[in-house]
Order: sequence, then structure tokens, then C-alpha cells
Amino acid sequence: MSIKLHEFHGGMHTEDHKAESLAPGLQQATLPAQLTLPLKQHIGDSNKPLVTIGDRVLRGQVIADSSSLISAPIHASSSGVVSGISAQPIPHPSGQCDVCIVIDVDGKDESIESQSQSQSKKIEDLSASELIDKIHRAGIVGLGGAVFPAAAKISRGDNLGIKTLIINGAECEPYITCDDTLMQNYASEVVSGIGYLQRILKPENTLIGIEDNKPVAIKLMQAAVIESAVAKTEVITIPTIYPSGGEKQLIKILTGKEVPAGKLAFDIGLFCQNVGTCVAITQTLEQSQPLISRIVTISGDGIQQPGNWEVRLGTPISHLINLAGGYKRNQSESQHLVMGGPMMGFSLPSDHVPVVKATNNILVMLQETIPFTPGYHDECIRCGKCADVCPAQLLPQQMYWEARAKNYERSEEYHLFDCIECGCCAAVCPSQIPLVQYYRAAKSEVRASRQALFRSDRARLRFEFREQRLLLKKQQDEERRRIKREALQKKNPKNPDTKTEVDPVQAALERVKAKKQSQAAEPKNTTNLTPAQLEKIEEADARRRAAREQRE
Amino acid sequence: MTSVMVSSPYVSPSKSLRQLMINVIIGLIPGTLAYIWFFGYGVMVNIILAIAFALIFEAIALKLRDKPIRPHLTDFSAVVAAWLFALCLPMNSPWWLVLIGIGFTMIAGKHLYGGLGFNPFNPAMVGYVVLLISFPKEMTTWYLPEVISGDSLSLLDSLAYSFGFADIQQWDALSSATPLDQYKTGLTQDLAASEIFQSPVFGTLGGVGWEWIAGGWLIGGAWLLISRTINWHIPVAVLVGLLIFAIGEYISDPGTRASPLFHLFSGSIIIGAFFIATDPVTAATTNKGRIIYGMMIGMLIYIIRSWGGYPDGVAFAVLLANMCAPFIDYYTQPRIYGSQDKDE
Repeated sequence: MSIKLHEFHGGMHTEDHKAESLAPGLQQATLPAQLTLPLKQHIGDSNKPLVTIGDRVLRGQVIADSSSLISAPIHASSSGVVSGISAQPIPHPSGQCDVCIVIDVDGKDESIESQSQSQSKKIEDLSASELIDKIHRAGIVGLGGAVFPAAAKISRGDNLGIKTLIINGAECEPYITCDDTLMQNYASEVVSGIGYLQRILKPENTLIGIEDNKPVAIKLMQAAVIESAVAKTEVITIPTIYPSGGEKQLIKILTGKEVPAGKLAFDIGLFCQNVGTCVAITQTLEQSQPLISRIVTISGDGIQQPGNWEVRLGTPISHLINLAGGYKRNQSESQHLVMGGPMMGFSLPSDHVPVVKATNNILVMLQETIPFTPGYHDECIRCGKCADVCPAQLLPQQMYWEARAKNYERSEEYHLFDCIECGCCAAVCPSQIPLVQYYRAAKSEVRASRQALFRSDRARLRFEFREQRLLLKKQQDEERRRIKREALQKKNPKNPDTKTEVDPVQAALERVKAKKQSQAAEPKNTTNLTPAQLEKIEEADARRRAAREQRE
Repeated sequence: MTSVMVSSPYVSPSKSLRQLMINVIIGLIPGTLAYIWFFGYGVMVNIILAIAFALIFEAIALKLRDKPIRPHLTDFSAVVAAWLFALCLPMNSPWWLVLIGIGFTMIAGKHLYGGLGFNPFNPAMVGYVVLLISFPKEMTTWYLPEVISGDSLSLLDSLAYSFGFADIQQWDALSSATPLDQYKTGLTQDLAASEIFQSPVFGTLGGVGWEWIAGGWLIGGAWLLISRTINWHIPVAVLVGLLIFAIGEYISDPGTRASPLFHLFSGSIIIGAFFIATDPVTAATTNKGRIIYGMMIGMLIYIIRSWGGYPDGVAFAVLLANMCAPFIDYYTQPRIYGSQDKDE
């Protein structure tokens, strides 16, 4: 039983370097002395800490949460005492710090007893919304790298109706083997997780996409699917080509469909979830264990013993490096630390950052293998190799020229925002131009200018509203004064100053009328224009309107 | 850890800019060897002079523009441009002709626009066309292949000739029009193709010697395709564009028109298709655009050859197509992933 596979445009074959870290199998990381848990480890709204310094926390205890739906709570990943809530270096492309809860681990690893567990219903009896709620409270996010809160995604998919559930086990980036290891060790948990997703989403069929360079995982997953009772679920072996694990690319491979530009997979009845997320769901529902650990690959030329470790979130990366036998070189200048794979990962400022929910891989590179010299690259010779490999079928070099010229509108015309930042273009560029960096910069510029435009629009509306309000107030005041004057006149009819023959109401009306006329007569800079100029103004207005509608 | 934050991807390209240029140079070798074999050391002297001048001009221009000199000189782009330029010249061209041509190639054709990657026109063709228009006599003084003339210049003779130490008259007997020139002259004299081809300069496919040189370019072109230095679109489109006209004309009037094969193996059509039109900087960059661009060059070459004022039209055709490349690119953008358009 097999489906017809499709191809996506471009992509590239890379040296996969996966064997090194796969060989030792899954290892359990020891507890570190200290855990550093950033308040925000997901895409969405920030959490607020629920503990204070000095509090004793237990494994699985919620220590930070938010009322927002698009968020995921943070749990203590072991027992200990909160020793600090402060800004610490976190693994983030910006290299900046964020607020973290630091726990001094006591080594007892005591778990919080879930009181609700004993009282609650059996999992079989839970409704879809109760399942989603449990997933939300467990702090589960998409573990493929995007770290979008899983519960929010599932409930959105549930509302929209899902035809096909796609489980992503492609793991196309070189060096990374955490999903492969996960499928080899937790195949039945992956499949039970799929079962829960099926219960909530009720898809017509489920496809598990795995690249053909993981034969062991494929065999084990197939066996687990057969063994379990999940219906209409198929393990699909897909060819190894980067970036087949990109959501849009995997969808194209498995279904032949393309997610319409600017839309999401839901919109065409598809729902993608990573294999790691499925395991987290199973562990939450069956063992009431929230997301407090994950599998992390440590690999690269610069590490002594590459491998995969199951690690508590918040463990310092230096602790993991020690578990992997340490660096090959002593001088720290001669190596480079990357979180994620070599195609889409980002540099880490040091190994004093913690493992977070998004940490799938730690890559220790030797400095000399970094191809780019920061600040210098050859010029683009327009060879078009970037367009040949672009899986989004963009014209990367045109986008680059426009982004480089700070012509951001034009780079948007070349579909800048359809770029998935997979890095293929930069990886094949003979001039070694850091193309993706240009796109990231251009994207953030565009976002910033959109925000600025939004703010200025809002400010203008406010200003206009204020003007209107002031005018109204002035009129009301005048009206009040007039009434008062009239009342005074009636009281004091002999006042010689008053010209009784003029009706004051009439006079006030006349004044307003005259004022209006003078206002109307006041020349504006748009009067006395030639028809051509008027037409131009009209055009500009139409453009502005169209742009505003598009933004909205 | 290094404090330098480098952006992903952390992967070296399989082909660097320099590697691409070296591939082109490797591709040029078989044709160049054939060229030297048939026409003597004069060809080699041209190439060496051109490369030397080009590197000097490049270095001066980079110095004036405050650019790093070493990385740009060693990317070999100047060598490729100079080599291609030198191949366009008649063998044993005087040194000053090479100097002027290369000056225009490197300065006006390349650096005035901002250097490698910014030039809208193929620099080698710019230099060549400037010479062609300014020095028509020098640029049309070609020599018979040594197999026909029986004479051959030694390397020293060639050098002496290029630098003006030897008497020019001495070798004037060797000079001759190129086969394409003769064909063109024949056409204007209303001669039938069969009569024109009586001349000893014509071989089986093209001109004597020239057909072998074209074969050399073809081998080099195949290497460029196999090594993935270029995509197939442009060369194939150039040849198809030329053949559409050549075959059409030949069928309609086989008496006066040369065979399509003659067109293919004469002049610089093969080197033009594989080495000159494929200069990525000045060509169209979308695959659909490359086909239009290549077809345009192929057709223009035939038009200029048959009805224009010059015996061969590769340089003009390429420059005209260069002008259109940005326009072609804009209107041949590929359909992006997830686009709602059926096909753009």
C-alpha cells in the first residue's frame, strides 16, 4: 500500500553526517546542578512567573503561565529551589538575554503529585476539548523547531476541519538525528500520539513522512502502526532531499498540493505535526508528564562523542557538552557553536545557554569550516543557481538585489515573504553571499515599516477624532453662552448696549454661516489643479487605499 | 566560543566563483589549442597579451575604487574576459590594438559600471565591438590557416609582429578573408552557394580549420554542461534560434544559401553559444528568460550574417540581447510555490 509521491522544485542534496550521532543510541542525560528556564520558549504571548525566589518547586510544577491561548506554560523540569528570576543569556538568533527562572537542583527529582489525576476521568472518556486542554496545560509546543503552542494549533485545526493528518518525521537537515532516535526508541508513543490527534481532528487519513535515510526508524514505525489500532495510517518513505521536512515541502511531496501563498496548511484541510510532539502528547495524556525534557542531538566536527541525549529542559548546553566528552579543541576561539542544523540553525554566543523546547541539535563546528568571512563576500554574478535550488520557486538573486538596495517594496514584489529561509540559495551561491541574512533583514525592515505605518494611521485617526471633538465642544460652549446671554437680556431689558432689533439667534446663525463660507472659500492646495494633476492625486489615493486594504 | 555571530547556512558552496571561472578556462582549452594548431602562435600571443593587460587594468581599477585587489584578481573573471576577447581578434594583432580593446573591456565594460556583477553588457564583446568599429582594417586582416598557406610563423616571429618589430608587408601575402567573409562577399555578388564553396578556405562543414576549432568549443561547451557550470537553456536556445532561420532559408533557397551545418560550424557561433552568451552577469537569469534570450541571440546572428553589414554577428547579437535581459527577466518570473495562478 503506497501513495504516489510528488516532487517539489529545487532542493539540494547535502552530506548528511547523521551516522556519527546515531551510533551510540539514546542516552539519558544526568541532572545538572542548575536549571535555567526562559519564561518564553514558544511562539506567542509571554508567560508570567508563578514562583518567587526561595520557593521550592517539584518536577512538573507549573512555574510560569499566561492567560493567553497562544502560549505554553513552563514547568519545573526537576525539583529544587528557585534561586533567581532574572535576565539570562538564552539561545536566540539575536544573542540577547531574556527573563529566566533559575532552579538550584536538589537532586531528589521529586515529582509533583497530580491530584487531578486520580479523580479525573479515564483518557478514553475525555472529550476533544478536554484533551486539548490537557495538552495546553502540559506546555506542549511543536517540537520540530517552530515551537508553536500545540493546543492552539490543534483547536484551530479542529475548528476548520482536517482531511489529512501529516506527521513529520522527515528530519532533512544534516547532522540532526533527534527525531530519528525518537522514532527508534518511542515508535509506539509516536503512534499513540497520532491516535489522540486522530480522536480530536478526525482526519480521513494519516500520513507519516520519513526520509529514506532512516531505514530503522521506518521499519519500527511501520511495525508500531500495524501493532496499534490507529486507522488509515501509513508510513511513507520519501526521498532524501533537503528541505523535505519543511512543512510546505512535505505537504507537496505527500499530497501534491501546495499551501496557497499567504495561507496555512489548515486552509486546505491539512494538519502537520512533528513526531516529537506526538510523543509529548502521549506522555502527557498517559503518564501525566508535562513537557520537561526532549531529545537533543550533539554533533559536529568539534565534539568528542556525538550522540543523542534525553535532556531536561533548562540544562545548560555546557553540561551536555561535558556529557559528550567535551570539545575536541581547547581554545574556544577555534570552534563555533550552533543551535539547530547547519542550514537553518543560528550561532550561540556561548555554551552558557540552556536547552529549551526548540533545541533539537547542538552543532559544534570547527571555525575553519565556517564558509563565510563576516563582512566580505564576492559580488553576485547572477548565475541563477539560487533559483535552481529554491524550494519556494522564488528568484533569490532578484530579492537580494532589491534587499541590498533597500528597495524593500520591490523585494516584496518578488515574494520575499514566501521565503522559508531554508538556506539552499546561500548554500549554493558561488559568491558565498549570506542571502538568507539579507532576507531576514529585509523582512524585519518591512515588518517595522508596516508597524510604523499602522501606528501613524492610528495617530492620524486619533488626531482627526480629537479635532472633531474640540470643534463639537466649542460649538456646545458657544451655544451655552448664547443661552446665558439671552437669559441675562430677558432679565435686564433696559441695557442700552443691547441692540434689540437684531435677533441674537439669527446673528449667531449668520456668524456660523459666514465662518463656514470663509472656510470653504479658503484656498486649498488642491484647488486650481489641472485635470492631469487631479488624476494623479486620485491614482495615488487609490494606491494608498489598495495598500491599506492589502495590509488589512 | 567565537563572539562573531554568523548567519546560517554554515555550508560551503560546492562551486566557488573562482571554481566556476576555472571551469570556463578549462572549457576554453580544447578550442584554443585547435585554434593555435591551425593559425599559429599569433593566437597565443593575443591571449597572453590580453590577459596581462587585463590583470593590470583590473588591478588599477580596483585600486582606484578602493576595493580589495587580491580576492578580485584571483577570482579569474578578468582572465576569462580577456581570453574570450583575445579569441575574437585576428591572430597577430598589434599590441596596441589588444591594449585598447582590453582597456575598454575592463574599464568601460566592467569597472565603470561597478565591477564584476554590475555590468549590463558583456565586457569582452564591448571591447571587441569598439575595435571592430574603430579599427576596421586591423580587425578584418585575417590569415589563412597554416594548412592552406603552408607558411607558419614561429613564436618569435609572432611576438615581433605583434610588437611591430617586424615588417608588416612581409606577411601580407598570408592575409585573407575569413570563410564567413568570403561567403558574404559571394552572396553580395549573387554567386550560388556551390560556386562560393569552390574556394579552398571551405572545408567539409565550415571553413578549413574553423570547423575543427568549432569542434573544440563544442567539447568545451559539453564540459561546461557536465560540470554544471552553465545550464543548457542558453546554448541550446542560441543554436535553435540560428537553426530555425538557417534551415528555413536553406529549404526555401538551397542554391544560394549555405547549409545549416556551415552556419553552425563557421565563425563564432559555438563559442558564442556556450561561452559568450552564457556570461551569467549579462544574460537573462530565469530559465524561461534564458530560452528567449538565447533564441534572440541565435536569430540575430543569422540576421546579421545574412543581411547585415558584418560577416558575423555574435558580438552585436549578444550586446543587443544584453539590453533586453532585465526586461526579459521581469516578464518571465517563475510561478512561485502556492501561487494561485495556474501558470504564469
